[in-house]
Amino acid sequence: MKTCLVVDDSSIVRKIARRILEEMSFNVVEAEDGVDALVVCKRAMPEAILLDWNMPVIDGFQFLGHLRRMPGGDTPKVVFCTTETSVDHISRAIDGGANEYIMKPFDKSIVAAKFAEVGLIELMEPTA
Amino acid sequence: MTPPDYEYLRKLLKDHSGLDLSADKQYLIESRLLPLSRKCGLPGISELVQKMKGGSSPLIAQVVEAMTTNETFFFRDKVPFDHFRDSIMPEIMKARASRKSIRIWCAAGSTGQEPYSLAMSLKEMGATLAGWRVEIIATDLSQEVLEKSKAGIYSQFEVQRGLPIQLLVKNFKQIGELWQISPEIRAMVQHRQLNLLHDFSQLGVFDVIFCRNVLIYFDQDTKINIFGRLAKTMEPDGFLVLGAAETVVGLTDVFKPFPDKRGLYRPTGARATIAPAVTATPKIAAMAGR
Repeated sequence: MKTCLVVDDSSIVRKIARRILEEMSFNVVEAEDGVDALVVCKRAMPEAILLDWNMPVIDGFQFLGHLRRMPGGDTPKVVFCTTETSVDHISRAIDGGANEYIMKPFDKSIVAAKFAEVGLIELMEPTA
Repeated sequence: MTPPDYEYLRKLLKDHSGLDLSADKQYLIESRLLPLSRKCGLPGISELVQKMKGGSSPLIAQVVEAMTTNETFFFRDKVPFDHFRDSIMPEIMKARASRKSIRIWCAAGSTGQEPYSLAMSLKEMGATLAGWRVEIIATDLSQEVLEKSKAGIYSQFEVQRGLPIQLLVKNFKQIGELWQISPEIRAMVQHRQLNLLHDFSQLGVFDVIFCRNVLIYFDQDTKINIFGRLAKTMEPDGFLVLGAAETVVGLTDVFKPFPDKRGLYRPTGARATIAPAVTATPKIAAMAGR
């Protein structure tokens, strides 16, 4: 089973994300800011990270920089999930090493589409 | 909605659009037509039917539009677009090397996600297409849908299903909470209103036809008829792309599937034969694909 780390300072968002990801058969680990998330990654690198941008202490963008310099930190697929929707933010995220980008609000169909895009899951096709 | 109202709408939709509803699709009619009734200031579907019987043809057009509007997203099902980039385009470019022109038809272009996905794929091919003329013609039954396609403006929700983030950043401009596809990509697609039940030979001959997730709404005779006419409007070495839940197998011999490429078909050169009489209208498998 693949593990997805959900990093968000809102417990409600973490709860919604957990429900969606568990339905997609992920093992879910939570962190409420970037520092917390780095501790989780040092212990065991997850396959996927759903990452908020604006958080106290270390924000999502700073976390991404630290992660990509860690040993094994280039392996997780990082998908931003944030209310920051400007092209400027999106470009910075991609240049900083993010694999995909979700603009909040989000739902299961968006998470599934984005996770499929980066190869974390396969979307079922209807058959003839 | 009374049973006679339902029968009236069924027949009307069949005659005007070929849409073939089975006997148990009341919920679908209600979900699509109640909002339209309210828009017209009518309390319900029975009143809407009364007004149509009174001979309101703009209303009939609106009803047909509301019932046939397709839900769609960018790079829907992904595989056909991989085939387009990796198999169809290389093969067609080899075959058209002297003429350097390719014609593509999206026969159910809907709100533009499919033709624009193809246009973005072509743009990604970059220099290999320098000097080529590639036409994409998007047709749809619904004028309202075509207007949306032409504008190329999508909600944040719509641009997040199927569209890789890099392509969003590259090809769209943010307008408040909406996203508009670039003039460069929009200029690659021509739009025409077209009912697949009517003659479409005036569109000319195509190298590639995408006709996805529309034939599932037609009955068997209509499908066979459309396949016959599609074959006539294609180059002998052209490609037909159908939806994931659609096939020609068991319906017609004017197209044959590529054994190793799901959803892709090629004209066989066989002449379309007159369809045998069908004793019972097959039920539409699922509106869920819509």
